[in-house]
Amino acid sequence: MNLTLYVWRQKGPDEPGRLEQYEAKDISPEMSFLEMLDVVNEDLIKGGKEPIAFDHDCREGICGMCSQVINGIPHGPQEKTTVCQLHMRHFKEGDILYIEPWRARAFPVIKDLIVDRSALERIIRSGGYISVHTGGVPDANAILIPKADAETAMDASECIGCGACIAACPNGSAMLFTAAKVAHLAMLPQGRVEAAQRVCVMTEAMLKEGFGNCGNHYECQAACPKGIKVQFIAKLNREFMKAQTKDTGRRLVSEPFSG
Amino acid sequence: MLDGKCPSGPLAEKWDKRCREMKLVNPANKRKYTIIVVGTGLAGASTAATLGELGYNVEAFCYQDSPRRGHSIAAQGGINAAKNYPGDGDSISRLFYDTIKGGDFRAREANVYRLAMVSNTIIDQCVAQGVPFARDYAGYLENRSFGGAQVSRTFYARGQTGQQLLLGAYAALSRQVKAGTVRLHPRTEMLDLVVVDGEAKGITVRDLVTGAMSSYAGDAVCLCTGGYANVFYLSTNAMGSNVTATYRAYKKGAFFANPCYTQIHPTCIPVSGDHQSKLTLMSESLRNDGRVWVPKEKGNRRAPHEIPESERDYFLERKYPSYGNLAPRDIASRAAKEVCDEGRGVGPGGRGVYLDFAEAIGRLGEEKIRERYGNLFDMYEKITAENAYKEPMRIYPAPHYTMGGLWVDYDLQSTIPGLFVLGEANFSDHGANRLGASALMQGLADGYFIIPYTIANYLARTQPGKVSRDHAEFRKSREEVDALTKKLLSLKGNRTVNEFHRELGKIMWEYVGMARSEEGLKEALKLIPELRAEFWENVKVPGNGAELNQQLEKACRVADFLEFGELMARDALHRNESCGGHFRVEYQMPDGEARRDDENFCYVAAWEFRGVDKEPELHKEPLVFENVPLAVRSYK
Repeated sequence: MNLTLYVWRQKGPDEPGRLEQYEAKDISPEMSFLEMLDVVNEDLIKGGKEPIAFDHDCREGICGMCSQVINGIPHGPQEKTTVCQLHMRHFKEGDILYIEPWRARAFPVIKDLIVDRSALERIIRSGGYISVHTGGVPDANAILIPKADAETAMDASECIGCGACIAACPNGSAMLFTAAKVAHLAMLPQGRVEAAQRVCVMTEAMLKEGFGNCGNHYECQAACPKGIKVQFIAKLNREFMKAQTKDTGRRLVSEPFSG
Repeated sequence: MLDGKCPSGPLAEKWDKRCREMKLVNPANKRKYTIIVVGTGLAGASTAATLGELGYNVEAFCYQDSPRRGHSIAAQGGINAAKNYPGDGDSISRLFYDTIKGGDFRAREANVYRLAMVSNTIIDQCVAQGVPFARDYAGYLENRSFGGAQVSRTFYARGQTGQQLLLGAYAALSRQVKAGTVRLHPRTEMLDLVVVDGEAKGITVRDLVTGAMSSYAGDAVCLCTGGYANVFYLSTNAMGSNVTATYRAYKKGAFFANPCYTQIHPTCIPVSGDHQSKLTLMSESLRNDGRVWVPKEKGNRRAPHEIPESERDYFLERKYPSYGNLAPRDIASRAAKEVCDEGRGVGPGGRGVYLDFAEAIGRLGEEKIRERYGNLFDMYEKITAENAYKEPMRIYPAPHYTMGGLWVDYDLQSTIPGLFVLGEANFSDHGANRLGASALMQGLADGYFIIPYTIANYLARTQPGKVSRDHAEFRKSREEVDALTKKLLSLKGNRTVNEFHRELGKIMWEYVGMARSEEGLKEALKLIPELRAEFWENVKVPGNGAELNQQLEKACRVADFLEFGELMARDALHRNESCGGHFRVEYQMPDGEARRDDENFCYVAAWEFRGVDKEPELHKEPLVFENVPLAVRSYK
C-alpha cells in the first residue's frame, strides 16, 4: 500500500519545527509502523536527505522508548499498543498520517520526533523506590502478600514510562505515571513504611517539573499501551490525603497539593 | 595458559574463602574512588546502585534516554533460584549441576557454584525492593518450570519478569542518583576504553544529543553492556544492542572468550518478510503448557486443526521423553531446524513449527492460560494477527543471547587490570549454552553480590584518582574516536548502514548460525572482510557529527560488528567439536546430537587482538572438573 505522511521535523530544541510531507511506498501489511518509517528513512538517505529521527529500541512494546503521536493519538489508533507494536495492516491504501512527537510543556523536543523525558526520571528519583540496601533483607517468603494485592501492584508496575499518558492529557499531567509508581509500592507491605513520604515528595516533584494537574479527562488511560487504570490516580489521592494527617507528610511538602 | 584464579578448597567453600582473603576499602576511603559503569540493564543498574550505596563515586552511562530501558527489560519468563519452595528436590548443588550440564560442560565449576549459591539472596533482595512476583492464594511465592530442569525453580512476574527486576534495580539506582553517589549519563555511548600503564582508567564517550566527544577518568571500569546477537542483524535484542563497548575493550587488550557460543532461542515469531527489523521472542515458559509439533508428512498444507492427532509429530516429546517440551534451548532449536529442513515446517516458506496450547486449554481452561501468559498471547496477536487461544502459535528459532563475551577471572576482572565485565557481556557462567531464566540470575548476581566484594580487592591496591583525564592517553583516545567518526561521515558512498548490517547478518546466519561447517566458516571468513572493505569505501552516513545523528550511531556499531563477525567465525572454525549452541555438522552423533571432544577442547578459548586484518592469538584456559564428571549431555 501507499500512504502519505506528514511528519514533524525540527532540527533542535530552539529551532522552529514544521510538518513535512513524505510518501511511503510499497508498504506491506505485515510491517510494523516503525519498519514503515525505516523504509521511508532508507529512501531519504539514498536521496541525500536527512532521515527522520525517532526514539525506538526494543521494538516489542516494553522498553518505553518509542513515542509518536499518530493522527492526534499517542502510540496511534490501536488500543493498548505501542508504536513499535502497531502494524500496518491497520492502515489502508491512500491513508494520510500525521506523525508528531509527544506534546507537553515538560517534554521539550530534542529533534524531530524525539523528546526529552528526563522529567519522568526526576519524579522517580524523588522517591519512587523502597529505601532498601543491597543485602541484609529477610527471606522472600517471610512477609506474605495477599495474591490480590500482589496482582494489583503488578497492574500498576507494568508502566513502561513512555509518557503517552502525559502526551494524551489536555493538561499535560503526569498523574497516571506518578500514581502507577505510588500505587505499586503502596500496595506492598515492603512499600508501606515510606508510603506517606513517597506520595508527598513524588507529587511535589511532579508539580515542579511543570506537569499540569489531573482534570479527570481519562485520556491517559485511553492512551496507555499497558492499560494502566485511572483508579490508581484515585489511589494516589487517597494516599496523599492520608499522608496529610501524618507529620512526615506535612514536613516534606512545602505547599499543600491543590489538585 | 590463562588462569581463572579460582580459590582452592572444596567447591562450597570457595566463595567464602575468597571473600575472606580479599582486601577491603574502608568506608571513609570509598568516596575517594571513582568507578565507571557502562550499561544500565540488570547487571549495570545493580552494580551502579550497590557501589553507590557502599559510598563509591559512580559514573553510570547508557545509550538510552533512561536507565530503565536497558534490554533486560524485555526478558519475559523468569529468574531461577535454588529456594526449593515447592519442595520438589531442588538445592544449590542441583542448580549448579543443571547449569553445568546445560552449558554442555564448558563453564567454570567455581563460578557456576557461586552463582547457584547467591541465587536465593537475589530473590530476597528483589522482594524487598517491591518486585511483585507471582504469588499463590496463601501469599507465598509461586514457581514454574523452565528448560533443562526437572524442578520448578523459576520465579516470575507474569511474562514481564525482566521488566520488574530491572525496575527494581532502576529504583535502587535512582535512589543513589538522588543521594549523589551516582551520576547518570543517559544518551551517552561508550566508544573507547582508555588504558593507562596497562590498567583501565577511563572511557571515551559520545554524547548522542550534541555529538560532543569527551572522556571520563575513573579508578576502575565495569562493562555491563550486554551481548552481541545483533551481529545476526535479526535477533531478539533491542535495535541499539551492540558489541562496541566490549569489542573496543578487546582492541585495547582485553581477551574475548568463546565468541562462537551463541544461543538461538527456539520459540520466536517467524520472519515475515525482507522489511523485518527485529524478531520477537515468545517466552520459554510457554513450553510449560504448549506442545511443539509439526505434521508427520512433508509438504502438508492443511490448517492445523484439520490435522488429526495421529498425523502429528510431537518431536520434542518423541526425541526427549524425560524433558519433553522443556528440552534446553540449543537442543529444541536444532530439533526444530531439523524438521523444517526435512520439509515438514509450517507457515510461509516452511520455516516454522507449531506451539499448541489446545491440550492445556482443555485441561486448565482458557482463563488459566490467559492468567499465565496473557501478555504473550496479546503480543503474538499484535504481530501476526492470529489468535493463539484458537489456533497454535507458529514459532521458529532466532538469535537471542550470547554466552561468549570478554574473558574474566573469578573476580570478574578481564585481562586488563581494573576492567571488570558483568552480565551477558562476560563469558563466565553459562558455558556453551545458557538455560532459560538464568540470564537474569547472573546479571543480578554479578551486580548485587559479587562485584561489590571483588572490586574492592582491586581498588585497595590502587591509589585513588591516580590518573586524570588530562593524561595523554585520554587525548589520544578521543582523537582516534573522532577520526573514526569523521571518516564514516566523509565516505558519502552509495549504500546505507542498514544494507551493510543486513548483508552481514545474512552471512552470519547462513554460515555461523545454527549449523556450522568448516567449508561454510571458511566462506564466512572470506565474505566478511570483503564486506568490511566495501563498507569502508561505500557506506553512506548522512548529516554531521555535531548533532543527534542516529545513522552515525548505527554506523559505529556496524563497523564493529563487521570486525567482530570475523572473530566469531574464526572461533567457530577452530573449535572442532559440537557443544551447546555451537554445532559443527562434522561433529555429531549418529542420532544427530552434538559430539563434544573433551580430549581436545575442554577449555575456554580466549582471543587476543593483534590488528584488524591480522589473526588474533588464541589463549586457552583449561576447564577442570573436580566435582562433576564429564558426561554426555543427554535429555532423553
